[in-house]
Amino acid sequence: MAQTFLDSTELVLNMGPQHPSTHGVLRVILKLDGEKVTGTECVVGYLHRGVEKIAENRTYAQFAPYVDRMDYVASVSNGLGYCLAVEKLLNVEAPPRAQVVRVILTELNRIASHLIWLGTHALDLGAITPLFYVMREREDILNIYEKYCGARLTTHAFRIGGLQYDLYDGFEEEVKRFCDIIGPRVDEYEELLTGNRIWIARLTNVGVLNAEDCKAYGVTGPLLRAAGVKWDLRKAQPYSGYQHYDFEIPTRANGDSYDRYIVRVQEMRQAVRIVRQALDRIEPGPIMAKVAKVIKPPVGEAYVSIEAPKGELGYFVVSDGSTQPYRVRVRPPSFINLQAVDRMARGSLIADVCAIIGTIDIVLGEVDR
Amino acid sequence: MRRFLRTVFLIDLIEGLWVTFRTQHPRNICTDQYPRERPKIAERFRGAPRLNNHPETGETLCIACNLCAIACPEALIVVSSERNEKTKRKELTDFTYDLSRCMFCGLCEDACPVDALELTQDFEIASYTRDGLIWDRKMLEEGPRPARYKF
Ligand code: SF4
Ligand code: SF4
Repeated sequence: MAQTFLDSTELVLNMGPQHPSTHGVLRVILKLDGEKVTGTECVVGYLHRGVEKIAENRTYAQFAPYVDRMDYVASVSNGLGYCLAVEKLLNVEAPPRAQVVRVILTELNRIASHLIWLGTHALDLGAITPLFYVMREREDILNIYEKYCGARLTTHAFRIGGLQYDLYDGFEEEVKRFCDIIGPRVDEYEELLTGNRIWIARLTNVGVLNAEDCKAYGVTGPLLRAAGVKWDLRKAQPYSGYQHYDFEIPTRANGDSYDRYIVRVQEMRQAVRIVRQALDRIEPGPIMAKVAKVIKPPVGEAYVSIEAPKGELGYFVVSDGSTQPYRVRVRPPSFINLQAVDRMARGSLIADVCAIIGTIDIVLGEVDR
Repeated sequence: MRRFLRTVFLIDLIEGLWVTFRTQHPRNICTDQYPRERPKIAERFRGAPRLNNHPETGETLCIACNLCAIACPEALIVVSSERNEKTKRKELTDFTYDLSRCMFCGLCEDACPVDALELTQDFEIASYTRDGLIWDRKMLEEGPRPARYKF
């Protein structure tokens, strides 16, 4: 039976890889029925650089700068995950001072990552103003990074066994000043967005993913918490001394995009709280554990996962006893969260697909590696 | 009722616009006026590499130990040296540094035992050609000379 034009319901549309709201080079094939999405398929790999393969012919120390280039918005968290994994292989632990500094820098990184997410997500939905404000605040964090380790984006801040750089003079004051200003600034974003009717209308009940679906897909991070599951690796399996800090895990019940927004905003506030506590815990001492110049872990394997801003970030490192890892496997949160796009987008409108991709908070550098 | 009034009088939108309005003041401008004003670069910034000379004698500090080349993940440093017959010591002849592949991770700088190789605050290292990014010893000792514009 030949279909007439009016009956031909299905349209296949390519979104990306050069679409601005795919946050990089993601291609989404959309199956449309009018404006309604009946199916999606994500095509990844446009930014594939073979980072995991590169690891196999670099020494352990040499590979550390590469991990920054996966999730470049949260490079410090990536560095922490890798260093912790190799430290576990070597069976060393960073000294207390180094751990506190690591916590401060990763929490600042969490704020920076969520800021970028907030700005770009709002931009996708047509709100341009927040982008400028979040960039202004992120600049302060990047300045702290620049002063601390000499780079702003791909920081290479941590080394296996601790830190390369000690704190610079005035680090505490600067971080404290940032903590003081970020609170009111987050209030400002909330004033702009939280009650805004367009924001609410574009986000509520868009991209709903309930707790069962989240668990089935392995989705972690703010998406899981927005669905009401109180799961945060900083509490569940503390690393770097997170068990000593007093903070809450913000959760919401509906699991839609609006809830994810609220969860992320709350997480920024909690991160400030952790940074403040960490500042009080800085104590003099060594910043580097005893690690040989040439790192040669014993034969074995180690998996360490940390709570990166986007979810569970895991590093699986296999050592064959030589100076180079036998295999490094990364469990990137963005990649795994991205699978859920189809589940979230099915049945929604095509304009919501931008919101759904935005709400997952993907970084293509990490999806493709 | 309250919700209704808020909706009718567009309170939520006005609140948002008020935030925008508050930030209009020139005091709140935070754009860098580069190149008119040069940004303040942090002391530890990892920018253009430099091969340090001894401040008094002007001789190179580098002892041609090749540690930086070994430390570099991208293997972009080539150190050439020859043995001085008189002093029986290795002396640096040439030093090539391929900036086009460098990711400014700082591992070479950390590896240098005599602080000869240093990543400096110079950040204007763009070049019109690929060859222009491969720096030799002379370039590394003198540093980049970016065009400075007058306004
Ligand atoms: S900064 Fe890193 S990539 Fe560049 S030369 Fe030094 S070690 Fe190599
Ligand atoms: S590590 Fe330092 S001294 Fe050794 S070759 Fe490199 S620059 Fe020269």
